Amino acid sequence: MSQTIVIDPITRLEGHGKIDIILNDQGNVDRAYFRVPELRGFEKFAEGRPAEDMPQITSRICGVCPTAHHMASTKTLDDLYKVDPPPAAKKIREMVYTCFMVEDHALHFYFLGGPDFVVGPTAPKAERNILGVLGKVGLEIGKEVIGLRKQIRDLISLAGGKVIHPVFGLPGGISKALTAEDQEKFIAGANHAVEFGLFSLNLFNDVVLKNPDYVGHITSDTYTHETYYMGLMDENNKVNFYDGQIRVVSPDGKEFVKFPVQQYLEHVAEHVEPWSYVKFPYLATVGWTGFEDGIKSGVYCVAPLARLNASDGMATPKAQEAYELYNKTLGGKPVHHTLANHWARLIELLYAAERLKELANDPDIINPDVRTIPTATPEEGMGVVEAPRGTLFHHYQTDERGVITKANLIVATQNNAARIAMSVDKAARGLIKNGKVDDGILNMVEMAFRAYDPCHGCATHALPGQMPLIVSIYDQQHNLLQEVRRDG
Amino acid sequence: MSKPKVAFYWCASCGGCEEAVVDLAEGILPVVEAVDIVFWPVALDFKRSDVEAMADGEIAACFVNGAIRTSEQEEMAQLLRRKAQLLIAFGSCAHMGGIPGLANFKDRDSILERVYQEVPTIGNPEKTRPQEETPIDGDESLTLPAFSNTVRTLDQTVDVDYYLPGCPPPVKLIVNAVTAILEGKLPPKGTVLAPDKALCDECPRKETKPEEMKIEQFKRPHQIIIDPEECLLAQGLLCLGPATRSGCEAACINGNMPCTGCLGPTSRVKDYGAKALSAIASSLEADDEQTIARLMEGIVDPAGTFYRYSLPASLLHRRRQTTEGTEA
Ligand code: SF4
Ligand code: SF4
Ligand code: SF4
Repeated sequence: MSQTIVIDPITRLEGHGKIDIILNDQGNVDRAYFRVPELRGFEKFAEGRPAEDMPQITSRICGVCPTAHHMASTKTLDDLYKVDPPPAAKKIREMVYTCFMVEDHALHFYFLGGPDFVVGPTAPKAERNILGVLGKVGLEIGKEVIGLRKQIRDLISLAGGKVIHPVFGLPGGISKALTAEDQEKFIAGANHAVEFGLFSLNLFNDVVLKNPDYVGHITSDTYTHETYYMGLMDENNKVNFYDGQIRVVSPDGKEFVKFPVQQYLEHVAEHVEPWSYVKFPYLATVGWTGFEDGIKSGVYCVAPLARLNASDGMATPKAQEAYELYNKTLGGKPVHHTLANHWARLIELLYAAERLKELANDPDIINPDVRTIPTATPEEGMGVVEAPRGTLFHHYQTDERGVITKANLIVATQNNAARIAMSVDKAARGLIKNGKVDDGILNMVEMAFRAYDPCHGCATHALPGQMPLIVSIYDQQHNLLQEVRRDG
Repeated sequence: MSKPKVAFYWCASCGGCEEAVVDLAEGILPVVEAVDIVFWPVALDFKRSDVEAMADGEIAACFVNGAIRTSEQEEMAQLLRRKAQLLIAFGSCAHMGGIPGLANFKDRDSILERVYQEVPTIGNPEKTRPQEETPIDGDESLTLPAFSNTVRTLDQTVDVDYYLPGCPPPVKLIVNAVTAILEGKLPPKGTVLAPDKALCDECPRKETKPEEMKIEQFKRPHQIIIDPEECLLAQGLLCLGPATRSGCEAACINGNMPCTGCLGPTSRVKDYGAKALSAIASSLEADDEQTIARLMEGIVDPAGTFYRYSLPASLLHRRRQTTEGTEA
C-alpha cells in the first residue's frame, strides 16, 4: 500500500515551500519533494519599464531582503550604462549592504534557524522557538536582538530613504550624500554590531559546540551533501557580499572556475520540473544529471556554507579567526554539512559588522561626490551581489532609451533549489521508517531546509517562529490514516 | 471581558508588509497586550481549520496584505471576510494591486513562456512547464495551485471595510489604525486610514514648490544631479507627491528620490493614474499640443509610471486581451 505524506507548511498558502513525501509499501520513503508553489513573473512584467526604476521594482520580489535586489539591480544599471560610480558612492552602497547582512543574519539565527540548536532539535515543540531561545539565554538577549536590528535598520533608512524597499540606488552612484552627523550614527551602529557578532559566536560556542549531540547532528550523513559551491570573492578570494568575481569550487574543494558576472550565461543554466514553480539552476559546463551529489552533477550550493567553502578566508581579522576555527573543527574545507550553515552565518555576521566598521570610519563616506552621470547608450547590463541566501544575478537588456526589453533574474534561494530538494529527500529517507512520523522527525526534516534560510515565498522569513507543519498520511484510496500536527 | 480578537494574513505578498509589523518593534507590545492574536501564520500556530471553527464575526479585525492571484487566496479572503467584523486591506498590493499588479500588462501565457522557455539561462529542451497536476506513481500526483491570468485587489474579491495604504504601510499609520480600532474611533466604512491630503503637504521641500509649476522638460533621476533641497517636480523629476496621499512623512523624498505613489490617491480621486497624469500635465510649460506631446515623450513609460502600484485597481484594470480564456 503506497502512501503520500503531504507536509504543507502553512496549510497550502500561496507563497511557501511545500513538501510531499511518497512512501512505498513498506512505509519507507520513495522520494520526498520540496516544492515552491509560487510565481509572480517579474522577468516578464519588467518589460517596458524604465531601467532606472528596476532597483525599486525588483525590491518588491522580497520585502525581507529588498536591499539585496535593490543593490543587484543598481549594479546592473552601472553595467548597463557602463558607468563607474565615485568611490564614496561605492563605499556607501557597500556600507548599507553590510548593515543589511547584519540585521538579516541576526533575524535568521535568533528567530528562525537558531532555536533548533539553542533549544535543541528534539526539545518539546512548544520550546523550539524564539521564546525557548529567550528562556535559555535570557530575556535581555532578546531585547538586545530587537534593539540591534532596529538600530541597524534605521541606518538603512537614513541612507536609503526606506528600509523596506530602499530608493537610493542609481546608475553611476546613489541619490544622496551623507553628512558628518550621519557618519557618527553609522560608527555607533558598527561598534554595536561588532560586539553583537562576537557575542553571537560565543553563544554558539557555548550552547552548540560544547554539546557533542549537536555537533553529531551537524556532522551526520543525514545532513551532508557533496556538491559544488559558489560565492562572490574579492581579488584575494576572500568573501565579499558586494563586489568581486564569482568563484566556484568543486566538491573536492578545488577551484573549478572564477568568472565575472558578465560571463554568467556560460556557467549557469536552469532546469525545469513540472512539480515546482521554482527552477533548478546548475553549472552549465557540468550539466544537469538529476538531483545528485558529486563532481559529475552540476548541482551547486550558495549562501553562508557555500561562500565559506568557495573562499580562501575572510577579509577582516576577527571573522578570519572564527573561519579558521570553523574549518578546523569541522574537519577542513570544504565543509559539506548542511547544518554548518548556521555557524557560517554567524561568521559572516561578524565579517559584515567588521566591514561596516571599516567603512563607517572611512573619511570618504562623507564626500559629497556620489554620482557620475551616465552618458553611454544603454544596451545590456548584468549585476551580482551576495544576498544573505546566496548569489543573486540580475540581467537586463534595453532599448536605446533605457527601457527594459528583456530581463533575467536568478534569485538567491533559487540557486540552492536543487540542493535543498536533495537535503529534504535525504533527511526524509534517513528519518522516516515504516511509515512512522512524529513531531521530532518532522522537525528534523524541516531542519534540512531551514539551515539554508530559504526564502521561496519571501514571507516565510518575515517573522519569528517556526513554520507550522501538517503532515497527512493517506492510503491509496486517499483515506486519511494519520495526521500529525507540528504547529509553529 | 475578553480581549478583541485580531488576525493577520497575507496573499500574494513580498513579505514587506509583514516585516513592517515587526518594525513596530517595542511599539507592538501594548497592542499585543490589548488584543488576542488568533491567526498569524508566519508567527503563530493557528491553522485555517482553527479559523473555520470560529463563529462568523468572531474576529474583531483582520488585516490582509498582498494581492489576489490564486483561488486559494480567494477562498482565504472569503473565509476571513466571514469571520471578521472588520476586514482591512493592508498595503498597496491589497489596496490597489501593488507593484506585482504590473503583471496585468502581460498575460499568463507570456509570463510562463518567458520564465520557463525563453530566458537565456534556460536548459529546457523538453519545454517543461510547472503543471497543476503531475502524476508521479500509480494514482498519486503532485498538485500546484493554479496561476491565474489577472492580479486582483482585495476589494475586487471580497467586501473591505478599511484600507491601510503604502508599500509597505508606514509604521505610524499602522499604530494609528490599531489604536483607532481598539478605541472604537473609526471613520466611515471604506475610509483609507491615512491623512486625506496630498504628500506635498507634509513634504519638507514644499516651501520650494513653485505656486505655478512650469516644467519645460522631464528628466529621469539618473540623468541629473538631484538637488537635495529643492522640490523634485520643480527640478523636472516626475514626483507624484501632488497626486499621492500623505502619511509616509515623505520617505522617498528624504532619500532624495521622487515619490512613486505607493500610498495611492486621496479620497476625492477615483483613478490614481488619471489623477497623477492630470497633476503632471497641469504642471507643463506648454500651450500647444505639439509642445505637450514633445514634453510627454520625456516620460518613457507613462502607464507603468502612473499606475506603478494601482493597475489592478484602475479603470484600465489590465491590458486588453483577445486570446481565449483571458479577460478584458
Ligand atoms: S504592499 Fe509592498 S510591502 Fe506589502 S506585500 Fe505588497 S509589495 Fe510587499
Ligand atoms: S512635488 Fe514632490 S518634492 Fe515637490 S513638494 Fe510635492 S512631494 Fe515634495
Ligand atoms: S514618498 Fe511616495 S512612494 Fe515614497 S513612501 Fe511616500 S507615498 Fe510611497
